Amino acid sequence: MEHEGVVEDTGHAVAQPAPAPANLQHGQQHPLGIYFAIWGLLFVLSTFSYLVDYFHFEGFQRWALIVIFMWLKAGLIVAIFMHMRWERLALKYAILIPPLLLGVLVALMSIESNYTFWTRVIFFGLFGTHAH
Amino acid sequence: MTDHAAGVPGTQTPGLRTLVTDWSTDQEAFKRVHWGKAMMWIFLLSDTFIFSCFLTSYMTVRSSTTMPWPNPSEVFALNIFGHHIPLILIAIMTFILISSSGTMALAVNYGYRRDRRTTALLMFATALFGVTFVSMQAFEWTKLILEGVRPWHNPWGAPQFGSCFFMITGFHGMHVSIGVIYLTTIAIKVLKGDYERKGNYEVVEIAGLYWHFVDLVWVFIFAFFYLW
Repeated sequence: MEHEGVVEDTGHAVAQPAPAPANLQHGQQHPLGIYFAIWGLLFVLSTFSYLVDYFHFEGFQRWALIVIFMWLKAGLIVAIFMHMRWERLALKYAILIPPLLLGVLVALMSIESNYTFWTRVIFFGLFGTHAH
Repeated sequence: MTDHAAGVPGTQTPGLRTLVTDWSTDQEAFKRVHWGKAMMWIFLLSDTFIFSCFLTSYMTVRSSTTMPWPNPSEVFALNIFGHHIPLILIAIMTFILISSSGTMALAVNYGYRRDRRTTALLMFATALFGVTFVSMQAFEWTKLILEGVRPWHNPWGAPQFGSCFFMITGFHGMHVSIGVIYLTTIAIKVLKGDYERKGNYEVVEIAGLYWHFVDLVWVFIFAFFYLW
């Protein structure tokens, strides 16, 4: 069985440092440059998202920009720093598909909060802190 | 059977076929993926759901309250050298966490090159960034608590602000703190040469996955809680 874990599981004390096992050629080795590039990009994107607040963008523009920068940053971290880009499809799908279900939760809760909001407005009045 | 071929290193079926063959061979779905790495990813997936529950409940209380939501831009502003700068503390914390992710990514790379010293140094640097981040968070919490923010009350508006703030940033801060301990442990083991015997530095990559995830969660907290 070509299981990478085998190398680790046996754990026999070898007298001299073992030569890099064959599996290492599958390890995530990429040129250093790409990490520095992503590091820089993340700095730039974070600065942009900070500037969205600093320059007081409002309404649609504000949340569109926030969400765009957020997904770009998240994508870069997962794809490059976490090496997802170079993983096998079986792992990619197993990890990246399930979170999509969260969209259902968000949709349901946004309907629910809308209902709660209007219930409060109707029965307690707008900005009603004293519900006597 | 052609299915079996997917298990043999070197043979690779392109695209969707790999997914189908991997999942249908009845032995292991994640071929040539270190078991520790697969498990870490599955743990992170479950953690994704935890943080998503926090952020979704934050969305729910924020959009259902009839009181104005405190403006984070003002709440987290600082006066530095006489200048009033909005959200500056959070911006600095963001840059620190990104930098820690950068050093961690480099550590993983040097680990695979089996450069123990550089790997350990970069991991210590990562942990140090983490400590700085948590310290700034402690400062932020102290400041807000002194200003009268409580999970049930705050001076600026909707009382739910406090509970969301403490819950979300507290849980994230806990992740960073655990990460610091985790990385320090692995870095010491790297330095001692514990992984030299096995010649396998995937432990560093697995620890890195956890750390990058902490950074990833912050991206969403920063966007939804602090900027929205």
